[in-house]
Amino acid sequence: MNGQAASNGDSASPDFIRIENLSKHFDDFVAVDSVSLSIARGELFSILGGSGCGKTTLLRMLAGFEVPTTGRIFIDGIDVTDLPPYERPVNMMFQSYAIFPHMTVESNIGYGLRKDRLPKSEIGSRVDQMLELVKLNDFRHRKPDQLSGGQRQRVALARALIKRPKVLLLDEPLAALDRKLREHTQFELMAIQDRLKITFIVVTHDQEEAMTLSTRIAVMEQGRFEQVGTPKQVYEYPCNRFVADFIGTINTFESRVVGCTDGVIEVESAEAGSHLHALTDKPIASGDSVSIALRPEKIFISQERPDAAEDTCLHGIVEDLGYFGNLSLYRIRLSTGKIVQVSAQNRRRSAERFLEWNDEVWISWQRQSAVVLTE
Amino acid sequence: MKRRSAFVLSALAFGYAFLYVPLASVIFYSFNDSRLATVWGGFSTRWYGELWGNDQVLDAAFLSLRIAVTSATLATVLGTLAGLALVRVTRFRGRTLFSAMITSPLVMPEVITGLSLLLLFVSLQQLVGWPAQRGFSTITIAHTTFSMAYVAVVVRSRLAAMDQSLEEAAMDLGGRPLRVLVDITLPLIYPAMLAGWLLAFTLSLDDLVIASFVSGPGSNTLPMYIFSKVKLGVTPDINALASLVILFVSAGVLLAWLVTRRGPGQPGRT
Repeated sequence: MNGQAASNGDSASPDFIRIENLSKHFDDFVAVDSVSLSIARGELFSILGGSGCGKTTLLRMLAGFEVPTTGRIFIDGIDVTDLPPYERPVNMMFQSYAIFPHMTVESNIGYGLRKDRLPKSEIGSRVDQMLELVKLNDFRHRKPDQLSGGQRQRVALARALIKRPKVLLLDEPLAALDRKLREHTQFELMAIQDRLKITFIVVTHDQEEAMTLSTRIAVMEQGRFEQVGTPKQVYEYPCNRFVADFIGTINTFESRVVGCTDGVIEVESAEAGSHLHALTDKPIASGDSVSIALRPEKIFISQERPDAAEDTCLHGIVEDLGYFGNLSLYRIRLSTGKIVQVSAQNRRRSAERFLEWNDEVWISWQRQSAVVLTE
Repeated sequence: MKRRSAFVLSALAFGYAFLYVPLASVIFYSFNDSRLATVWGGFSTRWYGELWGNDQVLDAAFLSLRIAVTSATLATVLGTLAGLALVRVTRFRGRTLFSAMITSPLVMPEVITGLSLLLLFVSLQQLVGWPAQRGFSTITIAHTTFSMAYVAVVVRSRLAAMDQSLEEAAMDLGGRPLRVLVDITLPLIYPAMLAGWLLAFTLSLDDLVIASFVSGPGSNTLPMYIFSKVKLGVTPDINALASLVILFVSAGVLLAWLVTRRGPGQPGRT
C-alpha cells in the first residue's frame, strides 16, 4: 500500500480524496454518471442538488454502502473502493441521525470505539471529550427519545466524530432542524470542523446552507457535476443556466450578439427592448445567441433616470412588490412585457413605501454585473 | 359528547356476545357440581380436582406443552432468519416469490398441511428409517413448519418498519455484519420475536388437525385428548380442562400484546 507515504504531512495536497470516473447504475437508471473530483484535506465540501440528482448515492458510495458500477475512490492515497463500510477511515452522519434507540447518549457516542476494542478508560475519556464538544454533558444518561431534535443531531455528530475519521460525511445535516436552530448549528458545525481539522463532505439540497458552510460546492444534476467551485464562483460566475437558476434567483434576457470588442460584447435583446453590454472571456462571435443574466441585487431601482453612461438602463412599472423586513423584492414589468426581479435593501426606516404598485421606475446595472450564459 | 346510537351499541353487544358467550358457558359449567354437563347442580370445583388425578390428562397436557415450547422456539429461530432474509438481503432473484410463499402456510387448509406432512414422514421412514415412530418429534416438526410462517410475518413487518440506517450507522462505526445483528437488529426486533414465539406457542397448543395426522399411537396432545373424550359425550371434567386451556391461551395472547406494545425504541411510552 502506498497510503502511508502520501498521508504524512502533505496537507496541501488537493488529492486527499480522489474520485475517478465514478458511476452507479441501478438497473437501467444512472444515479451517478462518471463523476471525477478531488478534495483537499480539511475542506468543507458541499454537494448541492435537487432530490434525485444522485448526491446521496455519491455519498453512500464514499461511505461504502453502495458498490460503484465503475470508477475508483481514493482516500489519503489508499484505494477504498472495495473496502466494506466498517474498514473505511470514514464516518457518516445520517439524515435521520440513526441514533440507536435502545442505548443511552453515552453508549451511542462510544459505540464506534467499543467496536475497535479500545480500553475502557480511553473510551470513557474520549466520550467525555465528545460530550464536552457538543455540549451534552448533562444528557449523557438519557435515552434518545428524551432528546430534542437539536440534541439528537449533536449526538449523531459526536458519534460520527469520536473515531477521528479522515473524512466525515454529512447527509442533509441540518434539514430536520427549524430555521433558528439551523443557523446556529451551521456556525457550530463550522467551528467544530475548524477545530478538529477533519475533512467534511456535506450533501444538501439547501443552497443557502451550502453557501455559508462550504469552502467549495459541487452543483449536481442528473448524476453529473454542473459546476465545482467556491461559493463565490458558483454564485457570481455560474457556468450555465442550470447553476445560475439553481443557486439564488436570476433574471435572464435572451439575446443575439451584435458586436464583440476587447471582451465587451454588445447584444440585441428583444426581451429587454434595447441593446445590452456585458463582459466575457468566453469565445463569442457576432450572431451567437446568448443569455444575459443578472442577479436581483445587482440591479438598482430608482424613480429618476440615472445618468451614469456605463450603466444599462431600462424603463418599467412596478408590477408587484414584497416587503421582507431587511429587504424588499420588486417585480418590474418592462415595456416589452418581460418581468424583472429586483431586490433592494431597506436602508431608511420608514412606515411608508418607497415605491407603490404601478409606479414608473428605472432599473439599471453596471455592465460588469451581467453574466453571459452561452447555453 | 356525541351520543352513540342504540343500533351501534346493540350491534357491538351482539357481536361480543356471539364471540364470548360460548366460552363463558364452558367456564360456567366447569364449576357445575352435577354429573350431567348441561344441568346445573350447584357450585363446585371438584372437576378441577379430578383432572389433577387423571394421568391421561396430565400426560397429554405435558406432551402438548413440550411440543409447544420446542416448536415455538424452533419456529422463532427459523422465522426470524426468514424475516431477515426477506427484508434485509438486498434484491435477490425470486425475492417476491419467496415473500409470497412464506405466507402460504397461513392460508393453507390444515387438513392439507397435515396430510402432506404425514405423507412426507411416511416416505421418509421408508427411505431412511426415520422417524421410526410418529409422536413428539413429528408433531414438533409439523408445528414448527406452519408457525414459522407466522413468526416470519411478524418479524418481517417489524423489520420493515425499522430504520435501516440504524444498521448502516453501526456498520459505519466499525461493526461487522454479525456484530451489528447482535448489537442493533436483534435488540430492536426482540419484541416481535417474543410476540412471534407466544403466537407459535398458542398455535401449537391449539392445534388438533395437524397433530392428529402426524401423531402416532400413544402420543395424544391435549386437544386430541379432549376431542376424543367429547366423542363419547361431554363430561364436566372436560369443561374444567377447557376452562384451563382458555385461561392459558388468553394469558399468552395478552402477554404477546403487552410485549409488542412496550418494546424499546417504540414511541408513545406512557
